Amino acid sequence: MIIRERAIKYGDNVDTDVIIPARYLNTTEDRELASHCFEGLDKDFKEKVKERKIIVAGYNFGCGSSREHAPLSIKTSGVKAVIAASFARIFFRNSINIGLPVMSSSEAAGFIQDGDDLEVDLSSGQIKDITQDKVFNVNPLPEFIQGIIKSGGYINFTRENLKK
Amino acid sequence: MNDKNKPQTMAQKILAYHCGRDYVSEGEIVNADVDIVLGNDITLPIAIEEFNKIGTGRVFDREKVVVVPDHFAPNKDIKSAQQCKFMREFARKQDIKNYFEVGKMGIEHALLPELGLVLPGNLVVGADSHTCTYGALGAASTGVGSTDVAVAMSTGRLWFMVPKTIKFIYSGSLKKWITGKDLILYTIGLIGVEGALYKSMEFSGPTVSKLSMDSRFTMSNMAIEAGGKFGIFEVDGITEEFLKSRSDGNYKIFRSDPDVGYEKIYNIDCSDIELQVAAPHLPSNTKNARDLADISIDQVVIGSCTNGRIEDMGIAAEILNGRKVDGNIRAIIIPATQNIYLEALKKGYIEIFINSGCVVSTPTCGPCLGGHMGVLAEGERAISTTNRNFVGRMGHPKSEVYLSGPSVAAASAIAGRIAIPEEVM
Repeated sequence: MIIRERAIKYGDNVDTDVIIPARYLNTTEDRELASHCFEGLDKDFKEKVKERKIIVAGYNFGCGSSREHAPLSIKTSGVKAVIAASFARIFFRNSINIGLPVMSSSEAAGFIQDGDDLEVDLSSGQIKDITQDKVFNVNPLPEFIQGIIKSGGYINFTRENLKK
Repeated sequence: MNDKNKPQTMAQKILAYHCGRDYVSEGEIVNADVDIVLGNDITLPIAIEEFNKIGTGRVFDREKVVVVPDHFAPNKDIKSAQQCKFMREFARKQDIKNYFEVGKMGIEHALLPELGLVLPGNLVVGADSHTCTYGALGAASTGVGSTDVAVAMSTGRLWFMVPKTIKFIYSGSLKKWITGKDLILYTIGLIGVEGALYKSMEFSGPTVSKLSMDSRFTMSNMAIEAGGKFGIFEVDGITEEFLKSRSDGNYKIFRSDPDVGYEKIYNIDCSDIELQVAAPHLPSNTKNARDLADISIDQVVIGSCTNGRIEDMGIAAEILNGRKVDGNIRAIIIPATQNIYLEALKKGYIEIFINSGCVVSTPTCGPCLGGHMGVLAEGERAISTTNRNFVGRMGHPKSEVYLSGPSVAAASAIAGRIAIPEEVM
């Protein structure tokens, strides 16, 4: 799958409390969660995401809580992929489990500038910065994890395996 | 060498045991059977919705799924009430043995060990990042998401990447008032908030071998604040003593092999460690408490899955006894479980707290995550024995949280600014 979108860039240690503050966790409704996405970090996110749908961030993206509401609110906001220098463990798992594409590359995350035009090939792991004419190749995810992504998330993956 | 004879860490051995193998290698992805699956009123509602999509109908084992309404319970608003109701109905329908209603519940990570629900050698997952707390019991225990919990509730199994291990060896005698909170804050300050990303942290050495279980729980609890997957202690006499009244002794003890290859080893001399405070907005932003004496505060919170246990209550009571909370401070004390509350009552701590001008709350995670029972307004500042000080963690995005252990929090309540016990006693 190839995604062509512009970048919204954030820094290091973007935590789950700024992605979706806990005071909004009294619902499971994904549209409502999305309406508060990044409220604690970037008041303009809602406007930006209309035009730009790849988040590029620094180290330890998604650190903090296990709340799946965080990747869910990002995905429901329309974000197509997150590229970060590194991901916090639980956020990484959650994103894969719900089908939000995530790619780790400190080189790409450091190089890409806010607003750059990007072309991301999820299956080959290639990230192309069209604006600055540069290509990055990311290590492919382990086969098992690719299987979850191919099934469209961990729930579908589990259903398929239970049928076998 | 035969795989079976290769040295392994505790993390490897526990994961290997739970997938019926003698050996698993670091970095390998395994499917393992879990002993406990835990959810709360924030994370379980999503997990239930996902569980229903899988279609097994029943949970894999009604005795191994644990359900605790603790975050926004007692219900803080109508939406929270709906979530708790949804969870309660699920627990009833599934005949969940370990569902803890308000009145019996406590903060999950204090409650489960207290009731002997987690034992050494267990593999535990919970849809709460601080599930790593049970590492203090020699268990492999980690936070996961709601979808993970949905799958684990359906099948009793989950995928894990076998982590590499970083060993921390603590030596030297502790100064007065120093607890597990200071050791773990110091450690996170040393290695950073992603210093143990994806790794198992193994806590060892002569200093922690004398540490109380309460302090060990605090240390394991904050492994996630360094990015860690597990925060494990080896089982010793102190662990066994804690478990004596809570289990029939039927558990498996795993120890790391002496010749195992660690990712890294940190030798930490504790004799110079002073009372620690993590300043906004990262738990790694640690400083000596005595260097922050000019920081004024509005609120003090003593409680949470990190520091709401009886040792913490005792330290706070010792400092607050016969003294008054500063007139400009709201001091909120939250024993983590009903049993801790009752024990604090019997020991006279609750009377000390009330006489000194503190408010004492029923168990809840409430203020730690800016939910209820002590939300901060714009520009306000708290010192708290909780675990995170991210932007907006305890309320308004322009509020601030300083993290400390119970002695600094109690002393600060009296001083009206960040203080160490010697300044007020």
